Amino acid sequence: MIELVNIKKGFGEKIILPDVSAVMETGKVNLIIGSSGSGKTVMMKCMVGLMPVDQGKVLYDGQDFTNMSDHEKKEIRQQIGMLFQGSALFDSMTVEENVMFPLHMFGKGTLRDKKKRVMECLERVQLKDAAKKFPAEISGGMKKRVGIARAIVLNPKYLFCDEPNSGLDPQTSLLIDKLIKELTLEYNITTVINTHDMNTVMESGDHIVYMYQGRKQWEGSNKDIIFSKDEKLNDFIFASDFLRDAKEMRQLEMFQESNWRDKLKKG
Amino acid sequence: MFWREFMRQCVDIGIGSFGIVFIISLFMGGVTTLQIAYQLVSPIIPKATIAQIVRDTIILEFAPTLTCIVLAGVVGSKIASELGNMRVSEQIDAQEIMGINTKGYLIRPKIMAAMLMIPCLICIAGFLGVWGGQKVGELSGILSAEQYWQGLRSDFKPFNIFFALIKSFIFAFIIASVPSYYGYNVQGGALEIGKASTSAVVVTCILILFMDYLLAALLL
Repeated sequence: MIELVNIKKGFGEKIILPDVSAVMETGKVNLIIGSSGSGKTVMMKCMVGLMPVDQGKVLYDGQDFTNMSDHEKKEIRQQIGMLFQGSALFDSMTVEENVMFPLHMFGKGTLRDKKKRVMECLERVQLKDAAKKFPAEISGGMKKRVGIARAIVLNPKYLFCDEPNSGLDPQTSLLIDKLIKELTLEYNITTVINTHDMNTVMESGDHIVYMYQGRKQWEGSNKDIIFSKDEKLNDFIFASDFLRDAKEMRQLEMFQESNWRDKLKKG
Repeated sequence: MFWREFMRQCVDIGIGSFGIVFIISLFMGGVTTLQIAYQLVSPIIPKATIAQIVRDTIILEFAPTLTCIVLAGVVGSKIASELGNMRVSEQIDAQEIMGINTKGYLIRPKIMAAMLMIPCLICIAGFLGVWGGQKVGELSGILSAEQYWQGLRSDFKPFNIFFALIKSFIFAFIIASVPSYYGYNVQGGALEIGKASTSAVVVTCILILFMDYLLAALLL
């Protein structure tokens, strides 16, 4: 579990996060959503320690990450896997070497064990055949999957994904979402995803934090979103007429489903 | 991993820059011979003096300084753009999140590789420059190989080699560290990488020239 306690972050005069508290739950896909400039990327960077917070605390399973020594932070960081928006694969290394990299730096065991683990992870993301290719030779979706394989190679407790679907077609996006969801449940990871993608929100959002102008505006699950009365959230999620219609239809479906259940219970 | 990265940098800096060093060294020696012969027109000055001047000019100045100015462009821009690109594409962030000391992992091997390979390149440049001078002297009929070797052997000061090596180590450090600083601290996109790369080369060249003057003033 990751807890953010009264986080404050600014750049000079400009305050990006005035006072944010949130909890990212273990074994769930936690989403941070919000429009551009709402502070979600800064919030994620503060969480992983890429940006120091001005005030407040970030707790990893109760351990205060913000006030740790570099050595202690290093230990926590080895339990963190992160998938970046642009995948952030190392250009000079092959797919296999990219996934092997964290194992070379921190992993124990023989080279054979490490190679076996790399192949397991690549198989998990269905990229075993691309092991010898360089990042420049594979597609955007494949790069994301290599990024996921690299993020999980050390069996992390925490998985962060910064806009995992950006630049991908809807089918590949769904594939990535499904993969992240499966991995979260399989390894009981605390997964935090920063996204704009409404498919991700509706399909994977076990726990959603909606950010608006640097503040936590709304919190709930993908099921709660359908019935949310929060105007700002509804404007953001159901921005088009098509999505508003889809929402009403889904509400109706859920209402009918609950009626049927009630009728069946009554006999 | 450090060793592997160090070896990769040694290959990049050493082997990658050998071609340009080979070409400029030969031409540097040849042109120096021609120009000194052009200026030494007095019949009372022996021809071997040309070789003596070529030798000292190349060892003291041309091999270390001119080669390093060229290397500042070749190696410096490569280091700055490589690190800048890694920063912009979040590769450095990815390593930091893994708990890697990125300055130690990315910059230290570059500085160490430069300090090992650049002095070697400068030694090679010195030999090639002197050899190029001999060949041009012979081919243009300015002086024979015997006269050239006679000039090379007369009044040779081993300290000059030591001085060139001191220069080469200091210049190598500048060539690797200044572009690393600019590249590592890039913020923005492709435009900023280009700007950082240009600034890195300009600052490196200025620092090399300044240190060249300082070392000459202090040690000669």
